[in-house]
Amino acid sequence: MAIFLTKDSKVIVQGMTGSEGMKHTTRMIASGTNIVGGVNPRKAGTTVDFPGGQQVPVFGTVADAMAATGADVSVIFVPAAFTKAAVIEAVDAGIPLAVVITEGVAVKDTAEFYNYAKDKGTTRLIGPNCPGLISPGQSNAGIIPADISGPGRIGLVSKSGTLTYQMMFELRDYGFSTGVGIGGDPIIGTTHIDCLKAFEEDPDTDAIVMIGEIGGDAEERAAAYIAEHVTKPVVGYVAGFTAPEGKTMGHAGAIVSGSSGTAQAKKEALEAAGVKVGKTPSETAALMREIMAGLAG
Amino acid sequence: MDLYEYQARDIFEAHGVPVLAGEIARTPQEAQAAAERVGAKSGGVVVVKAQVKTGGRGKAGGVKVVKSPEAAAEAAEAILGMDIKGHTVKTVMIAQGAKIAEEYYFSILLDRANRAYLAMCSKEGGMDIETLAVERPEALAKVAVDPNVGIDAAKAQEIVDAAGFNETDKPAIANVIRKLWDVYNAEDATLVEVNPLVKTEDGAIVALDGKVSIDGNSDFRHPEHEQYVDHSKTDPLEVLAIERNLNYVKLDGSVGIIGNGAGLVMSTLDVVAYAGEEFTSADGSHPSPANFLDIGGGANAEVMANGLDVIFEDGQVKAVFVNVFGGITACDAVADGIVKAYEILASHGKTPKPLVVRLDGNNAEKGRAILDAAKLPLLERVDTMDGAARRVAELAAAQN
Repeated sequence: MAIFLTKDSKVIVQGMTGSEGMKHTTRMIASGTNIVGGVNPRKAGTTVDFPGGQQVPVFGTVADAMAATGADVSVIFVPAAFTKAAVIEAVDAGIPLAVVITEGVAVKDTAEFYNYAKDKGTTRLIGPNCPGLISPGQSNAGIIPADISGPGRIGLVSKSGTLTYQMMFELRDYGFSTGVGIGGDPIIGTTHIDCLKAFEEDPDTDAIVMIGEIGGDAEERAAAYIAEHVTKPVVGYVAGFTAPEGKTMGHAGAIVSGSSGTAQAKKEALEAAGVKVGKTPSETAALMREIMAGLAG
Repeated sequence: MDLYEYQARDIFEAHGVPVLAGEIARTPQEAQAAAERVGAKSGGVVVVKAQVKTGGRGKAGGVKVVKSPEAAAEAAEAILGMDIKGHTVKTVMIAQGAKIAEEYYFSILLDRANRAYLAMCSKEGGMDIETLAVERPEALAKVAVDPNVGIDAAKAQEIVDAAGFNETDKPAIANVIRKLWDVYNAEDATLVEVNPLVKTEDGAIVALDGKVSIDGNSDFRHPEHEQYVDHSKTDPLEVLAIERNLNYVKLDGSVGIIGNGAGLVMSTLDVVAYAGEEFTSADGSHPSPANFLDIGGGANAEVMANGLDVIFEDGQVKAVFVNVFGGITACDAVADGIVKAYEILASHGKTPKPLVVRLDGNNAEKGRAILDAAKLPLLERVDTMDGAARRVAELAAAQN
């Protein structure tokens, strides 16, 4: 098992024929993902050849692609200006999982498509502005490099893409059940809490790494959830201890405003919930090694 | 992006929110001329208001009520150039005076926790709303707003009911709230705040002050928002970085930072700050980050050269840390980028500063070999993030 994405997942790509879509679809296929189609209304009926000989059919709509292939995951690479329409199309088609990689989406658009999906209740959204998720050895939906780490029994959830890669690399000898990059935008579809809940329920996950960053109070809420509902060991890392107030650090959501959203507050909340929090990514990985070694013994 | 009050006022007016006349002035002479025009509507009384993107200007003496154009010039003379919480006042707004009967509060903002919008409203405006929220939370109505519905007639009614306004005032206030929603929605705002929203002695509801923040990601459908970009208050290095299309934030320390990915760069700042505590410069300070610079996934030679150029321009920088984890980006490409960046900088007559490079992940071995073979002056390679941070802090502390 794994969470949200398994070897049985059938994946389509909205925006597959664009340059980013082509590049990353090639990578997803190479890492074993079952890519069953692309979506582009202007190229419906054609097929695209990928290195390795796989031919992927292009459909006019998500609904057509689902009807023809039984797809249950869509990875969305369309430009920011068209992302809302693409997500709403995927939600209307009832796809169970939509992974929105696109960065720079206007927060109004995200607020609208998130609430649209929530009201429909049939689609889980991950992102936007995220690297997607990978269940190593099974499937890869997004842009996380598949060769960083193999399968294992650690679950990872992170706001940051490169810190996801860094942490998977540090713990590659243990490997991962699933790594989920949830994105650092002010509004995101799947939260730390959603992933913690899924990892807690996943029989193939033994321990969880949670990576947060400054801004908002998602980590504090995750801490409260952990205290109540998570029995598996959790190790945490929070980026941005030295970030000054009022400066946005790269991610639209990464900003300390007033007393809220500081890394210190997040660390304290996590520690109060029994989470071991590392000062650096390496120290965090070391804390996880201790836990995994303890579980093995 | 936060707007100035006068910009918020103009946007309010464009969306039909009742506001008072107001003009901006950058000199006492301009203030006097503006006061003659604006004051004609209010018996000569005008308010001279410092235009700064921070709160507390009233307490700092940045708002003055005056009764003649000459007095407006004097007030402007006193306010222009004033420092309010680190913001220098370069502009004042000359606003029409108003006879205020009651002061209210209204805002609508992005509610990250609930992934929707939140309207807040109170009969008790004028004061610091954060204080009100803490001391008398029952006086601040909070009403969730569905982004796909917005503030329609029913929602506006819900807000004015929750705030407990007098029945006779509710229709007019609800009407203004719906127009403020139009501002929020049409302008891709993440915050629209009016404090105070007032009832004048003749019963009109007027937005007397306004704070608007706009989502930069919405620029593609708002070319007109370009006018609000404020280059004057930005650090010169940040201006240079914007010209080079770099994601850069100037900080105060002596260690330049370049990395790929916002989270990793933020983490790098922390790791350098921790390492800096172990070392002391000649002036007694501890090395700390000089900037945030995320070169993103690509990390090609030109981007690397631009990044190094901006950081070398920073006179405070004593040493530089390039921290790259090759995910999609291959480390050999990054190493090539660093080598070419040195060539580009040398061709522009720029001298390099001590540089510590950590490459890990995709093709790390190849990348390290390229750097070793290039034998670049002042460049050192350290292969762990924590070790590299310690080394760069040591180098920064040793430079004078």
